[in-house]
Amino acid sequence: MAKAPGLFWGQFRRDAALALRQPGELANPLAFFLLVITLFPLGVSPETAVLAPLAAGVLWIAALLATLLSLEGLFRRDRDEGTLEQLVLHGDPLVFAVLARLTVHWLGTGLPLTLLAPLLGAMLALPEAARWPVTLALALGTPILVLLGGVGAALTVSLRAGGVLLALLVLPLFIPVLILGVSVAELAVAGLPTGAVLAWLGAGAALALVTTPFAIAGALSIAVETG
Amino acid sequence: MKFPAPLVRLWHRLGSPRWFFETTAPWLPWLLGLGVALLGAGAFWGLALAPADYLQGNSFRIIYVHVPSAILAQSCYMLMGSCGVVLLVWRMKLADMVLEAAAPIGASFTALALATGAVWGKPTWGTWWAWDARVTSMLILLFLYLGIMGLRQALQRPEAAGRACAILAIVGLVNIPIIKYSVDWWLTLHQPSTFKLTEKPAMPPSMWIPLLLSVLGFYALFIWSVLQSTRVVVLERERRTQWVQNFVAAEGSKA
Amino acid sequence: MANPLVTVEALYCERDERVLFSALSFTVAPGTAVQLRGPNGAGKTTLLRILAGLHRDYEGRVACPREALAYLGHRPALSGVLTAAQNLAHYLSLTAQGTPLAAISNALAEVGLAGFEDVPCQALSAGQQRRVSLARLPLLGDRAALWLLDEPFTALDDEGIALVSGLMAKQQARGGAVVFTTHQPLAPAPGLHTLWLGAPDPAAPVVASAHG
Repeated sequence: MAKAPGLFWGQFRRDAALALRQPGELANPLAFFLLVITLFPLGVSPETAVLAPLAAGVLWIAALLATLLSLEGLFRRDRDEGTLEQLVLHGDPLVFAVLARLTVHWLGTGLPLTLLAPLLGAMLALPEAARWPVTLALALGTPILVLLGGVGAALTVSLRAGGVLLALLVLPLFIPVLILGVSVAELAVAGLPTGAVLAWLGAGAALALVTTPFAIAGALSIAVETG
Repeated sequence: MKFPAPLVRLWHRLGSPRWFFETTAPWLPWLLGLGVALLGAGAFWGLALAPADYLQGNSFRIIYVHVPSAILAQSCYMLMGSCGVVLLVWRMKLADMVLEAAAPIGASFTALALATGAVWGKPTWGTWWAWDARVTSMLILLFLYLGIMGLRQALQRPEAAGRACAILAIVGLVNIPIIKYSVDWWLTLHQPSTFKLTEKPAMPPSMWIPLLLSVLGFYALFIWSVLQSTRVVVLERERRTQWVQNFVAAEGSKA
Repeated sequence: MANPLVTVEALYCERDERVLFSALSFTVAPGTAVQLRGPNGAGKTTLLRILAGLHRDYEGRVACPREALAYLGHRPALSGVLTAAQNLAHYLSLTAQGTPLAAISNALAEVGLAGFEDVPCQALSAGQQRRVSLARLPLLGDRAALWLLDEPFTALDDEGIALVSGLMAKQQARGGAVVFTTHQPLAPAPGLHTLWLGAPDPAAPVVASAHG
């Protein structure tokens, strides 16, 4: 346990350096997010009256898909390079390196998605009352998406074409986040308090934070030990 | 903690696929017979003798298939989640074999519950599909089953597949109540749950006794089919052991 | 004689329905190097991974100083995007926290890569990447009593091979041990033993002893 802070920060520094050296990989999910958002007015209607009730749902679904897209490579390159073996071998307990990796991943995907949300909400005619509640909900919900998605990414790390399977594994688990996230907007538009639902999202994030790293570490060890 | 010796012995035996295979063989015809008898009685009572519902008429009678398959769909996932815990904690091979065998069975019950629900929905709600809370939860459960089956199919090495599916089954089991409550909260339009063990059912006994019979019949047939397909998995995984080869040779000479 | 560093007793392992080892027993004494030999698919890599604790699907007894070993797989375990120094700093955070970063420059110099600290690994040749990977060994110094090296000579030139042999001799001299695989024929050296896997004669049991 004395090693734990060193394990976390060592991994954090490495992954942050890795992310900063490949800005394209950070930008791609964001560009995808923006693109999906652009498709909706084109596919449904540019009318404010049509878009406004859909806006929060569109934002959330686009965030879900962008997160999903970013997850596939979360551990695969480490596995292919052999770094994952070294992590499993020396990084015990593995949860700290896993937490560092997911933190960096969230800072690179979930956080920018959240920060873009008010802007994109305006493009989708999201009612003003819902703007900040939805942003706050995304801030609490995207970490859950990354944590749950990490489990799927770790389980499929040894598969060449794991993308579709990954979607099948994690999208059902994302559903509660989607439901809570969208209902925050609905409550806000109706002028009702959103605190309780945001608290549920926060509780979900805390629960995911303390449980999923163990599942991810277990799945990564399995992938290495049987690979 | 100290366990009684016979329990400990049973536990160790459960680790042996061979013991499982040989012990369960005589149970199979009894389970099958019991299941068919219970289901037959439940179906006859429910379809021919029970009175028609005062609101829904005769269409309610589909509950004698719909409700048991929905119950089994959930029980089967719990079985798989428990097998996942046993496999990861005690590394018991048999748990992995049950996990593998149960997934398609559970998925079938889930699909059956969805299909009968749609058939029931047409006369009751006037539509084949409504985004009702329980229907939606059942659909998500089907995705969880398909995920486990897909993961096992995709991972080549059985030991990797077994442990990965165990993790996924546990994650799914933890998430099922969360998904269920969130979906319930999202839409609470459905009639109250048909059948609860803890409360006195609102149905008259002439309706719920046949339902109880068919639920029990479904359970018996479920156990029968899980045992049967676990036995197939045992034979396949242990095919290079002496006892399986002896068994196959003996079966071959009988035929 | 000192207690063996590694003791393997009655190891049985199968992989993809093929028996790799059965009743394999050997020990590795401090100050020795054991070369694993055998045809492709004989299980050399699997044996190294079992010793490292990276492969758990076996029967038998394996005693190995897991807290003091260095394992270099056949992949160099380097991120091509990161520099040599960043890769090695990450390795230090896993294995030997608190080591001053100056040690990285020294280790790179020892494998003939002085001044390459800030070059991204993907800009290095295959042989240079192998050397960065091998720099982990001098980096750990005497903290790793056991080295497990899978094909450490791959992609190295003659000078590189001599360099690795020198590192191994140093490890043996300070009482450590090395278990490695290679297809390279090696000149006999003090303390160098060979362990054959996949016995050429099926009647002969796959049992070897590699006492120092």
